[in-house]
Amino acid sequence: MVLAADSMSLETRHLGFTISPHEECGVEEAVRLIEASGGESVVLTLGPIEAAEQLRDAMAIGIDRAIHLQTDGGEWDPESTAAAIVDAVGAEESASGPFDLIFFGNESADAGGFQVGLRVARGLGRPAVTGVKKVTVEGTSVRCEQEVDGGRDVYVVPMPAVVTVKEGLNLPRYPSVPGRMRAGRKPVAVSAPARTQARLELERLVVPAGQGRRAELLGSGPSAAPAVVEMMRRIGVA
Amino acid sequence: MSNLPAHARAVVIGCGIVGNSVAYHLCRLGWRDVVLLDKGPLPNPGGSTGHASNFIYLVDHSKEMTALTVESVNQYKEMGVFTQSGGVEVARTKERMQELTRRMASAAAWGIEPVSLVSPAVVKDLVPFINETIILGGFYTPGVGVVDSLRAGTIMRDRAQASGALTVAAKTEVLGIDVKDGHVRCVRTTAGDIEADTVVITCGVWSPRVARMAGARIPLTPAVHQMIDVGPVPRFAGAKGDIEVPIVRDMDTNMYERQAGGDLEIGSYAHRPILYDPEDIPPIERAALSPTEFPFTQPDFELQMQHALELVPEIVGDERVGVKYAINGILSLTPDGMPVLGESPDVKGLWSAAAVWVKEGPGTGKALAEWMVHGESEIDLHSSDIARFHEHQKTRSHVRARAAEGFNKTYGIVHPSEQWASNRNVRLAPFHGRERELGAMFFEAAGWERPMWYESNAPLLEEFGDRVNRRTAEWESRWWSPLINAEHLAMRERAGLFDLSAFTIFDITGPGALGAVQAVTLRQMDVPAGRNVYTPVLSPSGGFKSDLTIMRLGDEHFRVVTGGAAGMSDKKWFADHLPADGTAQLFDMTSAMTTIGLWGPRARDILAAATADDVSNEGFKFGACRTIDVDTVRVLASRISYVGDLGWELYVPIDQGLKLWDMLWEAGRPFGMAACGIGVYGTTGRLEKCYRAHGNELETEYNVVEAGMQAPRVKSEDFVGREAHLRHREEAPAAVLCTLTVDDHKSKSGEKRYMLGREPILRRDGAPVVDRKGRRSYVTSAGAGPSVGKHILMSYLPPEHATLGGELSVQYMGERYPVTVAVVGSTPLFDPENTRIRS
Repeated sequence: MVLAADSMSLETRHLGFTISPHEECGVEEAVRLIEASGGESVVLTLGPIEAAEQLRDAMAIGIDRAIHLQTDGGEWDPESTAAAIVDAVGAEESASGPFDLIFFGNESADAGGFQVGLRVARGLGRPAVTGVKKVTVEGTSVRCEQEVDGGRDVYVVPMPAVVTVKEGLNLPRYPSVPGRMRAGRKPVAVSAPARTQARLELERLVVPAGQGRRAELLGSGPSAAPAVVEMMRRIGVA
Repeated sequence: MSNLPAHARAVVIGCGIVGNSVAYHLCRLGWRDVVLLDKGPLPNPGGSTGHASNFIYLVDHSKEMTALTVESVNQYKEMGVFTQSGGVEVARTKERMQELTRRMASAAAWGIEPVSLVSPAVVKDLVPFINETIILGGFYTPGVGVVDSLRAGTIMRDRAQASGALTVAAKTEVLGIDVKDGHVRCVRTTAGDIEADTVVITCGVWSPRVARMAGARIPLTPAVHQMIDVGPVPRFAGAKGDIEVPIVRDMDTNMYERQAGGDLEIGSYAHRPILYDPEDIPPIERAALSPTEFPFTQPDFELQMQHALELVPEIVGDERVGVKYAINGILSLTPDGMPVLGESPDVKGLWSAAAVWVKEGPGTGKALAEWMVHGESEIDLHSSDIARFHEHQKTRSHVRARAAEGFNKTYGIVHPSEQWASNRNVRLAPFHGRERELGAMFFEAAGWERPMWYESNAPLLEEFGDRVNRRTAEWESRWWSPLINAEHLAMRERAGLFDLSAFTIFDITGPGALGAVQAVTLRQMDVPAGRNVYTPVLSPSGGFKSDLTIMRLGDEHFRVVTGGAAGMSDKKWFADHLPADGTAQLFDMTSAMTTIGLWGPRARDILAAATADDVSNEGFKFGACRTIDVDTVRVLASRISYVGDLGWELYVPIDQGLKLWDMLWEAGRPFGMAACGIGVYGTTGRLEKCYRAHGNELETEYNVVEAGMQAPRVKSEDFVGREAHLRHREEAPAAVLCTLTVDDHKSKSGEKRYMLGREPILRRDGAPVVDRKGRRSYVTSAGAGPSVGKHILMSYLPPEHATLGGELSVQYMGERYPVTVAVVGSTPLFDPENTRIRS
């Protein structure tokens, strides 16, 4: 991982962007629910113009339409992000009624703030369940299961509700080519929200020192077998 | 930690398919103390080999490329890493079906068998998931296959290491290459320095960067090739191997579809050209995937998905089949589409094997190793020679412009005379404006804009009427005009004025000059000053390295004149053979001099009208060269001819070229002189005289005796290729260069067709003609002979077919046309006694 010269962002010149693993599961779950029960799914993101590509990816696996809260590329803090999403969802719902379920990734893969989903739930005045690994819609309620040590915590909350999900909730599908082609024709509503005054500010990024892990080559070909057996004995798996 | 030796016979930088192959073949040919480095890990250091699609089609219109590919396949097979799958190139359009008949011809010319043109139904049998309703047919090559290029690299590396001749160092980055006195001396790496006089850059897309460390240039650009992998494909469930179904090339959409185990791989050369600079390639620790796998840019692939869906709807249209993997793979493109091989003209001892793809990797490695060890390769590599580039062709702008233009032609239907559109008007003759006024159709040669014909000569069409052969078929009419034939007739009857600015000219001077030119030329150069000598330049094995003209301007002053295409590699060849003691120097005069050709029965009248000097036959004999005054311009006139008529090449300083042109133009007016394009000079005039051309008839794969160019005696002075040449004179030639004429041009449709060159020569019954060295007979040059009223072909024929009046055929666009051997050897078809040029 390489930081930009000012240590305020990652050097992304050689990197591509994808949907975070948690959100990917949220998108997949939404698609599955709609496939099972009917209705409409909408994907929303706040991000620079390039984020449109991730919206298309979501639509390629079956999301019906997208909302892009476009930024000028700067980093938004969780509070501003949540406020913009609350406004956008509010505008949508005033036109066509509330979303039964709003999925968030439990935390973003980059900043890991664990905040946006909860802040939006509070802003919309809805119940929220976090860290969810299983979702079942039961009538007008949603049953959410968290993995905890030794078992599962189960919450049944009335809809509309906010659920923040974790990787492992499901196995997201690959988009098919027809899905990709359909995604190109699906609507994306673009707006540019105003950013509220940030109360949380990034000082700088630091790459943690190495964890001391290193790979050791035990050998190659059949001659490596004794060393592998010895190692397996040493770590207690043989 | 470092196992690097302090000295090496050669250091090969880059462990892709090419580097492994070069290192292996160097060791196989007897070199020891070879070091192979890569900054990445093994077996996949992260270059383009690691993400290659790894399939190999055999037939290319380029003989050189086909030969390298076939040799590579043989090596892959020997290593046990080749899986034959067959491959079918499908046509969606009529134009493509015609192109596939051209591929059939190339296959026959280069000896690739079996191949066949197949119907949509047969394609469907071969590739059951294809939508055969949108194709018109296919070109099927059963010998197509897929290789494991990483495994092949490992095998070659291991073999060379086992022989004790090779040291391999992975994760070892080159930090610098030291050059002293124009020669590489040392490679500095993160694991220590290695002294070496020979360094090979096989770094794929990084090559320009590494070359720059030595102050040399490798003109290539990294470019994107998009590839997606979809699966799991239900039909391929339980697939036992990587590939069981023939690979499909969807030629008209610039795409391919191939099975990859349980998945289908879809690749494209159809998207917009996406070029990078070598500096944009990330180091391995910063790369998202590997350094040469860039994040996929979906918007560039939208149309390609549609095309794939059309052709293989069963798989691509299946909602259960997902896009599992998608990359912008980075590969190397060059300004002319050919690899960059050989010793750098910038730095001695620095070799390049770059812009080489997996399909030709091992063959290229072998050829380069032969070149390094023996001084030449078995396969003639002149189209790939790094020394071929002129200065402007090495600039970033030129490389990018041409690479971008060429990218979408990867599967294109490219006419043999097709001109580049980008970066034109780089080199202009001083009389370019005059030519423009005359309606010149400019073709490019070595960056020069050369008139191919002049639209203002339209009245000649009427004048010569039926003697001007016309063409109706679109393909042969493309990049061609009947005006070429009309200009030819005007020259033969009166006179023609030619722009020869594209010549490459260099002077060799000094006390050692005579020895320097003698050392590389077949003919005797110790002639009196004021003589010009046309001479082959031989390779060590006695093949044709080049052919050119040398004027002796003084005891210690020789002027070498050669074509634009071979000019830079010829210059390197002469420079490499200059005496080590510094007694001879080479000066490039190309941009100092310009050349005008004046030929035809009235040429003397015209020149005499422009000069007071003696230009009579007695006063200015054929083969003489000397300075004359044309008004106020001092002109080096050389009596010589490549078109078979009386006349001169006139050399002047480039600043006075326009004045000379204008004076000759005025002098020629009363004699009906025409401006003539290179169509006459390079094709019609030359072919009627059976004059050979480098790159066509003259290649290292053929020798002087086979070309019918042996002189009665061989000079006693030593020269490159002498021993081999003496041997060739003692043995019966395996083939003899012949001139053939086409007996009947009528195709089945009734339309007359005219071959353009590179077609196979077959027996009348369609059987191939093969010489005892295994070489197929093919048309080396083709063109009209307006004065002999025939379409002329040249071809090497084995002795049993090289008989006057011998009946053969030529395969063109899927049909065979009868041809007859009109000349065996080098006697001209037109004016066989050469009375015209000597008159």
